[in-house]
Amino acid sequence: MLRIQNLHADVGGKEILKGLDLVVPAGEVHAIMGPNGAGKSTLSYVLTGRNGYEVTAGSASLDGEDLLALEPDERAARGVFLSFQYPLEIPGVPALTFVRTALNAQRRARGEAEATAPEFLKLAREAAGALKIDFDMLKRALNVGFSGGEKKRMEILQMAMLKPRLLILDETDSGLDIDALKIVADGVNALRSPERAMLVITHYQRLLDHIRPDRVHVLSGGRIVASGGPELALELEREGYDKYARAA
Amino acid sequence: MTLAAAIRTGDVTLLPGKREEDWRWTDLRGLLRALPSASEDDDAALDPGPFGGLGDEEVAVVNGRVATPSLTILSGERRTVRLRFVTTSSETRHEARLAINVHAGAELTLLESHEGHAHGYIAAATLDLRVADGAKVERILLAGDGDGAVNVACASVVLSPRARFAQTLLTDGARRQRLETRLDHPGGGAEVRLDGIYILQGQRHADLTTVVDHAGPDGVTTQLTKGVVDGQSRGVFQGRIVVAEGSDRTDARMGHHALILSERAEVDAKPELEIYADDVACAHGNTVGALDEEALFYARQRGMPEPVARALLTEAFLGEVVDRIGHEAARETARAWVARRLEG
Repeated sequence: MLRIQNLHADVGGKEILKGLDLVVPAGEVHAIMGPNGAGKSTLSYVLTGRNGYEVTAGSASLDGEDLLALEPDERAARGVFLSFQYPLEIPGVPALTFVRTALNAQRRARGEAEATAPEFLKLAREAAGALKIDFDMLKRALNVGFSGGEKKRMEILQMAMLKPRLLILDETDSGLDIDALKIVADGVNALRSPERAMLVITHYQRLLDHIRPDRVHVLSGGRIVASGGPELALELEREGYDKYARAA
Repeated sequence: MTLAAAIRTGDVTLLPGKREEDWRWTDLRGLLRALPSASEDDDAALDPGPFGGLGDEEVAVVNGRVATPSLTILSGERRTVRLRFVTTSSETRHEARLAINVHAGAELTLLESHEGHAHGYIAAATLDLRVADGAKVERILLAGDGDGAVNVACASVVLSPRARFAQTLLTDGARRQRLETRLDHPGGGAEVRLDGIYILQGQRHADLTTVVDHAGPDGVTTQLTKGVVDGQSRGVFQGRIVVAEGSDRTDARMGHHALILSERAEVDAKPELEIYADDVACAHGNTVGALDEEALFYARQRGMPEPVARALLTEAFLGEVVDRIGHEAARETARAWVARRLEG
């Protein structure tokens, strides 16, 4: 599904990713762990096409299609979704309006019919119910005045409604208490399927108790320096990143 | 020096120009070397206009011809009036003056439109509005001037204590356009809201100028103007609130916020508070900037193409002003007008 080869990327003229290789097959959940400054967020922004993140070498493809040649919205329409570490507040735009605009834009881009109002509301009610979000909250401006946990839940709600194929979770556990973490993890786990791939980017092992990865990779100094099964996450939790920081 | 006087006499030396401090960004003297001939009558039937279907009566001023130069709303009456300044003749000039008296306790919703079905005209409209004790007026003005037009609409509003006056101006500019509001605020529990929206493209120009004179204690004024400028357009906001000596406990708040969407567009803003009284709550805020790049990326990551994302965020930015319109149907008319303008 996702194939990254020898990826190099600059931010502000400084090289952050220095030859990253990664393959995430459909149906699998891969965790990317690493110390601060390793390039974890840079990887998520490069994959989603944010301005200022310049790829200088290498490739990234989704089901064989070159992702790096596409605009951010074109990548989204092909199923790339990033759950932001710090979801943006969008004053004046009710959450429902925002998601409906996004969903219909994606459907248009794929040549599909737009969601009708009843169809969309049904989708929204189901997603809100599963994530224990009060439906009235969706009528408020997106994320404005929401707590950290509420913002993360709104990210998962958008994910559930947009039904992406490649899910990138950037530090989704930050700012969550244990109850919110469980709700968010349940929401993510409900989206696991043989057609989807997930990239879970996290500094701590805590989230991986709730979203069990198939593979764990250590990102340090802009490259994947170690890969293994779920036990690698436990080792990192015990021993820290020092060993890998030196390897990088 | 007023455009109305120049139009009446045909004398270009009477045009206001940049030598006058509050006309320096809307220079008419430097713009117009000569004035076109006077407009002629036009008896042709009008289309329904932007507020068509709202309200029960209409006052139409076509090419400056006013059939009824004054309007009185009697105590106890509650009326909604469409006031239409329509221009149908190109490359001509005309001006009109109208007086509206709203008696004590009466209510008026004034749906005012400036409709240019022509190009290159020079027009001025002067409105004298008196709002008596406890009376209530909401004025919603939609300006849709034709290409190459010069239009100055000036409203002088005199309030009595306990009166309420709310206004929302919506404009997409003209070659040169000024929408001016001068308001005598007596305090005494009178409340004023002065809002505006400008959405400018190409080389259009809009100037929203307001002057509020607080002359007594216990008056309230709130102001919120938002604008979006694109192309080589120019938005001007001049807001002055004067709180005279003795106008204690005045509460006056002014906000002006603009988005500049292109490098060659320009916004000139001059918010002024002159306070000579004690124990007042006065504040102003003024920001001019671009759309938030982070929010734009967030919306695009969710699948919105750039123009869709920009329109959504811009509409939301202006929506705060639209939401403050009291008259529900006019509010939806305004919302649709904004959406159409942003579609380009």
